Amino acid sequence: MPPAVPPPRYLQRTGSRIRERRLMQGLRQADVAGRAGISASYLNLIEHNRRRIGGKLLIAIARALDVEPTLLSEGADATLADVLFRAAQGGHVGTGTAPEVEMIDALSGRFPGWTDLIAAQQKRITGLEALVDALRDRLSHDPVLAETMHEVLSTVAAIRSTADILVREPNLEAPWRTRFHRNLHEEAERLSIRATAMLAHFEDATPRGDGPATPLETVEAMFDAAGHHFPAIETGGKAAILRVLERAAGMEDSVTRDLAAQMLTAYAQDAARLPLAEIMPAAAAVDFAPERLLHMGQGDAALVLRRLASLPRAPDGSGAPEVGLAICDGSGALLFRRRVAGFAIPRFGAGCPLWPLYGALNRPGQPIVAVLDMPGGGQFQAWSVSQPAELVGFGATPVMRATMLVRAIDDPAHDPAAPTIAAGPGCQVCARTACTARRIIGPGG
Amino acid sequence: MPGRVLLVEDETNIMEAIGFLLSRDGWAVNGHGNGATALEAIARLAPDVLVLDMMLPGRSGLDILRDLRADPKTEHLPVLMLTAKGQIRDRDMALALGANAFLTKPFANAELVETLRSMARTANLDDVARGGGAA
Repeated sequence: MPPAVPPPRYLQRTGSRIRERRLMQGLRQADVAGRAGISASYLNLIEHNRRRIGGKLLIAIARALDVEPTLLSEGADATLADVLFRAAQGGHVGTGTAPEVEMIDALSGRFPGWTDLIAAQQKRITGLEALVDALRDRLSHDPVLAETMHEVLSTVAAIRSTADILVREPNLEAPWRTRFHRNLHEEAERLSIRATAMLAHFEDATPRGDGPATPLETVEAMFDAAGHHFPAIETGGKAAILRVLERAAGMEDSVTRDLAAQMLTAYAQDAARLPLAEIMPAAAAVDFAPERLLHMGQGDAALVLRRLASLPRAPDGSGAPEVGLAICDGSGALLFRRRVAGFAIPRFGAGCPLWPLYGALNRPGQPIVAVLDMPGGGQFQAWSVSQPAELVGFGATPVMRATMLVRAIDDPAHDPAAPTIAAGPGCQVCARTACTARRIIGPGG
Repeated sequence: MPGRVLLVEDETNIMEAIGFLLSRDGWAVNGHGNGATALEAIARLAPDVLVLDMMLPGRSGLDILRDLRADPKTEHLPVLMLTAKGQIRDRDMALALGANAFLTKPFANAELVETLRSMARTANLDDVARGGGAA
């Protein structure tokens, strides 16, 4: 049996947690040791993590401190600790001082109010970042917005040019002056209508609260905030989903909450089918190459891809590599995405028709690998497969799902056997204007 | 120096303002408002310089530009692209396809006039270098 994956260091210190709890309650070592039936010197060794404890002694010490044993053995709720950890990852940028991440448990034990505040602010930051990403995505890919912006700016251009003529030509002939005044009036009316339409478009898209606009975007933000890894669900299964939802931002809306529950349930099912303790060491041994892990999916290649996209990544960059994930249905509509730097997966509009995500729909059940050469110069390896979303009977039409995992190829000398495709981020914004797969862009197409 | 300019732009009031400016500057101005038939208009009117909007009904300005550059008769036609987007990638796409210059709306009238004059001067010099036209 492969060795269990150790939790991150900041979660390992049962002794430290015991000490913090004791100090928080103002108790002496002798007091707690006496209640637990051990010597003060032994308790001292335990508190300095020189003795491991569990079972009866852990329960005895927990009783002496009047806390639940799991609070000592698992520490601050794993989800809270994750949020604090992510706050530490981004918070010291510009300050030059990295937060002491190994003190997370001590911090939450001593200052629960401040810890909750940090966690709440981190969730708010994550929500706002997701909102910015969603708006940026919309500005880049929303064809209605792009056309509306074009119309508004064209109207402004007409007003500017016409007004400039009227001002600079004091001796303009009367018919021309009348004509340009009329044009100015027309364009001012048009600007009013177009600007109002644009504002209405934004108001339709305005999110409730500070989160992203749609339930799916909110749920994606939740997954992004967690790094697409939920330790509580990895260890606790579906029973931990409620706890995760309670700590996530933007779950007040029932539609969003139901969607999040559905996606976390799928996550829990994946984790049960392919436990972290099995896939993590196996993946690390083969440089996280999906093709060498297919046997672990028991015929379900998409499961392997999804699990690879949910593996934990350490702050120092060790652990699982950064990957992107896209899942679409048979119509090409994106159902889920995990973004990765340098590879845009649009929410609005379609992706690049050459992505193997869509090619996999034409070859159900056949895993596909390709190298995607992006216009900006980056290269990504992409693994895709499509299969029915669920088993159907004879004569029934299955609902197909395609899954694509992408990973940046960092080594310029990398020479994979996979075919290379000159792809892009999507026709709307792609610089490959000579691409034969390019959709017609513009009002007529 | 100014010669014949064709404006391919669907916003009529912009066309009227630019047309007025350029005619006052000595250009012979024609206008065309539909992307789908723009290539025919260009072939028929044979302008010395083309002002081409990026977003047009029927066909995009970029597609029209691509076809112009693919045709030996128009591969050297000076083209000024107009766009309301103004994003770097639109400019880069237009320049990569062979546009000679790029202006984002709303532009200053003086800048438009000067840009066209500059393009015409350059085109004239290129023409001489290729063995046609007078310096």
